[in-house]
Amino acid sequence: MSEKITSLRMEHITKRFPGVLAGDDISLEVGEGEILALVGENGAGKTTLMNILMGIYQPDEGRIFINGNEVRFRGPEDAFKVGLGMVHQQYMLVGDMTVTENVALGYKQAWKPMKLDLDEVRRRVVEVSDRHGLAVNPDAYIWQLSVGEQQRVELVKTLCLGARFLILDEPTSALTPQETEELVDLLKKMKEELSIIFISHKLNEVKAVSDKIAILRHGRIVFTGDTADHSSSSIAALMTGHEIELPENKEADMHGGLALSIKDLCVRSDRGNLALDHFSLDIREGEVVGLAGVSGNGQRELAEAVNGLRAVESGSISFFGEECAGRGAHQMIEAGMGYIPEERNIEGIVPAFSIKENLILKDSENPRFSKHHLMKRKAVMENAERLRKDFDIRCPGVDTAAGSLSGGNIQKVILARELTRSPRFLVAVYPTRGLDMGAVESIHKELLAKRKEGIGILLISEELDEIMNLSDRIAVIYKGRVQCVMKHGEADKRRLGIHMAGLEEGSDE
Amino acid sequence: MNRNFKLVYKSLVILAAIIVTLAISSLILVVLGADILRTFETIIITPLTRVGHITEVFVRAVPLCIIALGVAVAYRSGIVNIGAEGQMAMGVLGFTATALALPDLPKPILLPMALIAGVLSGGLWGFIPGILKSKLEVSELLSTVMLNYIAAQFYSFCLRVPMMDPAEALSGAGTPQSARLTTNIEIGRITGRLHYGLFIALALAVIVYLFLWKTSYGYKMRASGSQPRAARYGGIAVSRYVTLAMVISGAFAGLAGGIEIAAVHRRAIEGVTNNYGFSAVVVALFGMLHPFGIVPASFFFALLIYGSTLTPRAVGVPANIVDVMQGLIIMTIVTTQMILQNDYLMDRVWHWWCSKRKAKEA
Repeated sequence: MSEKITSLRMEHITKRFPGVLAGDDISLEVGEGEILALVGENGAGKTTLMNILMGIYQPDEGRIFINGNEVRFRGPEDAFKVGLGMVHQQYMLVGDMTVTENVALGYKQAWKPMKLDLDEVRRRVVEVSDRHGLAVNPDAYIWQLSVGEQQRVELVKTLCLGARFLILDEPTSALTPQETEELVDLLKKMKEELSIIFISHKLNEVKAVSDKIAILRHGRIVFTGDTADHSSSSIAALMTGHEIELPENKEADMHGGLALSIKDLCVRSDRGNLALDHFSLDIREGEVVGLAGVSGNGQRELAEAVNGLRAVESGSISFFGEECAGRGAHQMIEAGMGYIPEERNIEGIVPAFSIKENLILKDSENPRFSKHHLMKRKAVMENAERLRKDFDIRCPGVDTAAGSLSGGNIQKVILARELTRSPRFLVAVYPTRGLDMGAVESIHKELLAKRKEGIGILLISEELDEIMNLSDRIAVIYKGRVQCVMKHGEADKRRLGIHMAGLEEGSDE
Repeated sequence: MNRNFKLVYKSLVILAAIIVTLAISSLILVVLGADILRTFETIIITPLTRVGHITEVFVRAVPLCIIALGVAVAYRSGIVNIGAEGQMAMGVLGFTATALALPDLPKPILLPMALIAGVLSGGLWGFIPGILKSKLEVSELLSTVMLNYIAAQFYSFCLRVPMMDPAEALSGAGTPQSARLTTNIEIGRITGRLHYGLFIALALAVIVYLFLWKTSYGYKMRASGSQPRAARYGGIAVSRYVTLAMVISGAFAGLAGGIEIAAVHRRAIEGVTNNYGFSAVVVALFGMLHPFGIVPASFFFALLIYGSTLTPRAVGVPANIVDVMQGLIIMTIVTTQMILQNDYLMDRVWHWWCSKRKAKEA
């Protein structure tokens, strides 16, 4: 084991991509036992900068020093050797292997000639998880674990491989609020032994966990300082370049007609168990119904069933008075359903397709874009250029592959497509998960504007602030059933939290 | 790092790849005890020196090109077709059966009819793995390979029993081949054995390009192949388009078989398919799954295939050497792509070069 990392310094890092300056003369420093929060909007260059630090990208200019010595990394392996470890936003775990086996993949000490010493790996996993209070079962298969548990496995894995400096890329973007709190506590304990760079744009976590803060905007460091000296709102303003005020739904009830009525819906998950168990919910036109709940309680299956992407076991889905249970995706789209899916990177877009092609994903047979099955090149192009401007999609050009965009911009592509197809109803699943404040603000505004037009919206989210800000009514889902429905104003975080945990109000907490 | 450096670097990498391929091939030739230079000359240069040779290269390029176009359509739609060999054989049978059954029809009716029969037979042979994959998730790798065997045996059976030339049966020689087909199914020749099928292949390349990139069907098929989940989300009936892609792919192979009979052999004989179905997969990938890459790629591979038929006589090297070279080429392409994508390596070369230049100045 090599020495402890007491200081890490990046000097004048510059990185250009075709059409984008992803890093512009960036200098950063992290000292011993410090947590540095690296914050910035989506596409500001946070992940790029960390990929440079880990040797995944090579900087065009600039140098990196560890404990005062200059280092050059050929790839992540070199960075590991020095003691840097990164937990990526997308977990790098093999689903069909156990926790121990996943750690063994990179744990070279256990690679004996002709034999993999899994017992030694298992001991190491237990040792590390005990030492840092990271509860993981070394024999569990990854597919059995929740997202929060998988993240702990990533942390354990990184630490087992000898990391003495941790880089966490948006570690909370897929976590529930409770899991996030646990993680914050954990990191605070861990910093006694190592330094951490914590990438995020959720300012309450940043405030809770970090000692220092560095703000990136358009590839430049615009601010560095001690976290304690600055309020969340001043950090938010620095991050986006303007004051952020999340919109709230304060409109009066529109008394619209019934748009979507779900009765006694039963749907099975991929594993075959009942994910929705006699689920019932009504949503009217011009109404936002927020569906709160810990993820994995049937939200995904609900969204897919309503959009014709999952078979319905029993029950009814009535869409503007028409029975739609068992219809296919195409028919639901034709009926006027708009859908912002949970997996924006692989379901909401075809990553290898250009932005302009993705913007017509549901409309390739629409007379606007094709005639006698021949695509109208010009119309497709004009549509893309218009939406790019209207929705502020930041990209080198509309011919760029959509998969190369940042998460926020991908979501803008999806929103642009779904909102401008003039839907009669909208299902939005975790629409702002992992996005920065600026993007959240604009998405919330778009959704409320649609509500004003008289469109009913089913908003599935775990962000309680988001649900409480936007919804006319709030329903809580627990184990595939509606636990309760509240009016806007009746709900507060405590009450929602109780229902989300499946408890009854008034019972002992 | 400046633009010129990148250009030079990339050209050098590609040049090195070619040299490595040639070097390894040479090594094999040395082991075989052959004359290296003359072997290469025979494979790559000789076929281009005489009109008679060039036409033979084109004769092989036509089926390769047509089949590879179909393979590319399937590949782009997310299904790998390595069953073109069988689909082509079925196309030959469909074509031949029609020609044998209705020899008296006038040419303007019979030739298109026979070609359509070939297309349908190939398409049917593609439909089977397509529908199995989309409805039952049967791996197309398995089903197409198995269907190749079935097609090969069925083909052999047809040539030996129902379609056998009555003259062969009478004479007792029993060569497995059909009777010579009526002239009403012949596709004309330009010079030598070079035939008008060449223009069909080129026209198909343009059509495939337009189909994949300019029509809504092509759009939906490419979406289904690129990210099926997103396609399904977009209301695209993915399984239908995957099946359709495989039918088209099989139809192309069937057409290639029909044309091969109509223009080259004019009767069904053994070995018509000549491994074109397998080579076409390589051609399609080498042509980067794009029609305008596939056209030159099919010519290049036809050159290798034809050149290899000359080597046994000219330099005493077995024709299989071309299979070895095909394998080498595939491996080199993959490696070269990896190297070109490795920015770190390029960065290191750049630094090494800069320091060298500085040292010189100092």
